[in-house]
Amino acid sequence: MRVVIGEDLALLRDGLIRLLQAHHFEVVDAVDNGPSLLRALLQHRPDVAIVDVRLPPTFTDEGLRAAIEARRQLPGLPVLVLSQYVEHLYARELLAGGGGGIGYLLKDRISDLDQFVDAVRRVAGGGTAMDPEVIAQLLSRQRASAPLAGLTPRETEVLGLMAEGRSNAAIAGRMFITEKAVGKHTNSIFAKLALPMSEDDNRRVLAVIKYLDQ
Amino acid sequence: MPTPQSALGRHRPLVYLGASAQLAGLGLLSIVLIPLVAMSVALMVIWVGIPLLFGSLALVRAVSMAQRRLGGRLFGHAVEPPYREVHNHGLMEALQIRLTDPATYRDLLWLLISATLGVAVGISTLVFYLIVPLGLVVSPVIVWTFVAIGSFVLRRDDTDEMAQRIGELSTTRAEAVDAQAAELRRIERDLHDGAQARLVALGLNLGLAEQLMDDDPAGARELISESRRSASAALSDLRALVRGILPPVLADRGLNGGLQALALASPVKMDVDLILVGRAPAPVESAVYFAVAETLANAAKHSGGTSGWIWLRHSDGRLSISVGDNGVGGATMVSGGGLHGIGRRLAAFDGTVNVASPIGGPTIVSMELPCVLSSERI
Repeated sequence: MRVVIGEDLALLRDGLIRLLQAHHFEVVDAVDNGPSLLRALLQHRPDVAIVDVRLPPTFTDEGLRAAIEARRQLPGLPVLVLSQYVEHLYARELLAGGGGGIGYLLKDRISDLDQFVDAVRRVAGGGTAMDPEVIAQLLSRQRASAPLAGLTPRETEVLGLMAEGRSNAAIAGRMFITEKAVGKHTNSIFAKLALPMSEDDNRRVLAVIKYLDQ
Repeated sequence: MPTPQSALGRHRPLVYLGASAQLAGLGLLSIVLIPLVAMSVALMVIWVGIPLLFGSLALVRAVSMAQRRLGGRLFGHAVEPPYREVHNHGLMEALQIRLTDPATYRDLLWLLISATLGVAVGISTLVFYLIVPLGLVVSPVIVWTFVAIGSFVLRRDDTDEMAQRIGELSTTRAEAVDAQAAELRRIERDLHDGAQARLVALGLNLGLAEQLMDDDPAGARELISESRRSASAALSDLRALVRGILPPVLADRGLNGGLQALALASPVKMDVDLILVGRAPAPVESAVYFAVAETLANAAKHSGGTSGWIWLRHSDGRLSISVGDNGVGGATMVSGGGLHGIGRRLAAFDGTVNVASPIGGPTIVSMELPCVLSSERI
């Protein structure tokens, strides 16, 4: 699987390259600023891009903008955005184009190597990987609203994990319950929130995020 | 002010002798200047009077400043020109500034006094010095009195408005300094109890893991994964701290992005209507961001409203922000309350806050502050 990395901190960039190579990814390019990132993405058309939000020359949201612009020109280009902070506003902009292949994670998550590599693969496969903190931001402002208040604590937990982009199997493993039980919770959640059911994992995830982001 | 007796030091007689001579000299100059000014005014019907008046007023200012400096020397205080400033203005504009300046009229009044009384005082006290005992005793008293009158006539025009402004500035500055000190204490405490403590624990755990590595690999593994959680928690403490100092989205996107992010995070559904081309200075951005954040928090906590709006415009060098909700109203600015805090925060930038919140709602909080925009920082 071919990867392009956009990260300005040499230490982290090298660490990412080593980590990905150890998991049999091919790092085709690793750049350290916004303009070269956009060029690299358009030129290499990687299977997945790993991008830091804050990059030179402006050290603001250069990386995010490069990622959004690249996805505008190459629709569906899978991008995993990393940042020291997660902002609901940025998550919304990333998801605005529609389609899957979007990840948005705190940099801390890299330290859980298996989870991180899993997120990279998920995004590369057209799935979603939203940071639990983004989901927490979405949930915290929704708490008061009626339909969500009708969920059981267990269902709320499933909803959160689903919004992060995890499959039923992953949620089951995480919550130490069977996949069948997860399926039951999911059905109940979709009924209570009046969302259209879908067999496709990714469509389901996007529907949940869209609901929470209203 | 020191009396002439107490001020009579060893060199005082010489100082007063010089003062007498200067009073006489300035008086004679004034006698020449009066007809010059009068002639300039008369010649203003033909344009030549305009530059002439401008020039002669400059000479009048020179005389007045010399008089002020004499007062400053005698009474030991600093002298600063009390005139309104003229920069890069055209001749007509500059003359207009001069003619509307109260200090100009104080100068002209003094010109008349100096040309009459001033000459008399200067010459007579000089003559007294010729009769040595009389000059040493009487002249300083007369000179002192006359210069005191001069300093009074030519005093800086400290109007009530200025005094009030100084009062405001002192208060807001003291509050800004206090707030800053409190903020630094909070940051120090947060670092000390949060990230620092967690890093210490992390170091300890890693040290223990190192020792256990050979004898108890499972235990070491457990300690290492605990260390990882500790590092994660330290990072999340630091993130929260940085958000409190300078929210990253505000640093990245300015008020446009910052206020949008606040609206998104608000449990009360907020419509956002912002028109802002360019960026406000960073301290203003920060003050407005936290003021709006506080207002939204109030709305979420107390109003019971279901929707609201954030509106922002910039015109005539002023930034106007209004935040409203459809809640129950009844919000007031009480000392120590959130709205009062917003007022204090903005006062440091000469900003104001108004709250309209009748019982039954709606609540509208309007903020306004002077602000110069720079082009977008890209």
